[in-house]
Amino acid sequence: MAESRANSAILAPDGVAASRPEPVVNAAPRHPAFVRVTHWLSALAFLALLVSGLEIVLSHPRFYWGETGNVNTGTLFKIPVPSSRALVPTGYGYVLPDQNGWSRALHFQSAWLILVVGLVYFGLGVARGHFRRTLLPARSDLSPRVLARSVADHLRFRRPGEEEAWSYNVLQRLSYLVVLFVAFPLIIWTGLAMSPSFTSAFPHSVTLLGGRQSARTLHFFLTIFLTLFLLVHVFMVFFAGFRKRIGAMITGRVPQEKERA
Amino acid sequence: MSGISRRRFITTGIAAVAGLSGAAVAAKLAGKYGLIPPDHGGLYGPGATLTYAAQRLLTRHSMAREFDRSQISAKPLANELAPLPDEYKRHEAAGFVDWRLSVEGLAAMPTSFSVAELKSFPSRSHITEIACEEGWSYVAEWTGVPLSYVLDRVGALPQVRYVVYKSIQSDWWDSLDMADALHPQTLIATSMNGADLPVGFGGPLRMRVPRQLGYKNVKFINSLILTDDIKRFGKGLGSASPEAGYAWFAGI
Repeated sequence: MAESRANSAILAPDGVAASRPEPVVNAAPRHPAFVRVTHWLSALAFLALLVSGLEIVLSHPRFYWGETGNVNTGTLFKIPVPSSRALVPTGYGYVLPDQNGWSRALHFQSAWLILVVGLVYFGLGVARGHFRRTLLPARSDLSPRVLARSVADHLRFRRPGEEEAWSYNVLQRLSYLVVLFVAFPLIIWTGLAMSPSFTSAFPHSVTLLGGRQSARTLHFFLTIFLTLFLLVHVFMVFFAGFRKRIGAMITGRVPQEKERA
Repeated sequence: MSGISRRRFITTGIAAVAGLSGAAVAAKLAGKYGLIPPDHGGLYGPGATLTYAAQRLLTRHSMAREFDRSQISAKPLANELAPLPDEYKRHEAAGFVDWRLSVEGLAAMPTSFSVAELKSFPSRSHITEIACEEGWSYVAEWTGVPLSYVLDRVGALPQVRYVVYKSIQSDWWDSLDMADALHPQTLIATSMNGADLPVGFGGPLRMRVPRQLGYKNVKFINSLILTDDIKRFGKGLGSASPEAGYAWFAGI
């Protein structure tokens, strides 16, 4: 710990974080309880959705654009993996076991979990001004100069200063906003657009996307985007100090130097 | 115990009791209004139940999307077929003249119909998409007799809650709730794209339920059973699909 602190002090830009952080006087946690609980429930649901979703893709690792598509038609692209269906020409001489039964059940149950958790999170987040306070970037941070510096800091793998233990940097805020308010609504929408029953009640949910196969392909692209986000997110947690960041998301407390001494 | 923690204890207690009784009332109402699927048990029962209840609240009377004739797929896909029994091959060789669809159970006039009789009934056509749970799909024009017409004709009793349908492939059977059984687009399909239903696509008779995925559209059907107690069939999960882990309600 002492070593990483020393590092951060040396690398801190403009000497801002080189000074000691202000001692925390109020007992407000780094992350409020509703954020911590919904974060871990969403993480659990997302991992279940990812594993079960990939398993389902194995039964037809071909993607199309438009309304329809099958092994008799051309593809937009194929994923070069073996399939769990003999029907799909993959070039592999074997067929994987069918795992779609439990995968589909787990996928939809996890989708319900993340939907309910997401609604609680958005509801409490709006009611408590959480998004405005912690995620909306300050106007001054959106100037090209500040943004460019933040991008440069990230590209140079500059370790975050102490102040970032208590607040998100501007790129972090923007990426969280995109994930929460763009990618998640879209992946739920594209998922629902594949339900023949849902689209019977809401046909525009699929026609606006260009058809059922387009919805499926977009669902897959969004999965890749969210998976890349997850990988970067987890990398940044390690990079910024795994114990501190994970501890803050579990207990809400940021370990102080004195406690560590 | 301080005032605040006592207050907190009491409110938490009240919330817990309210939550539990709310859940109990919701379960009771859900049962009463037919929002609980036959495969509501087990590890994934909660998800299956939420899906079915939500879909029934949103989509009881909605119509599956219908397409323009120009959107009919040039290359529909029959999917893999398990080897068909000898009995089927005999029917196929004879042109299905002796194929019969028996209708039993809670009906005033249980009977059976030949394919020709079913074709003589008022028919309906729709150009709809059939989508496999694996992800692929095609659009075709399906023609057949609405299941609701057959139920009317045999005098289905008011207490019928599910229509069980069976394939000549002995391990294939499924069931529909009344929202789908009486739905105007639910057909006992006899033809596809203007020709007799080909063998690969389920000829001579296929249940066509366009608001549900492909596996609900059972091929080679020869038996309907009207029942008020789905638990008596198979393992009581509503169809053969849940026995392999697939949801009974295939609208998603």
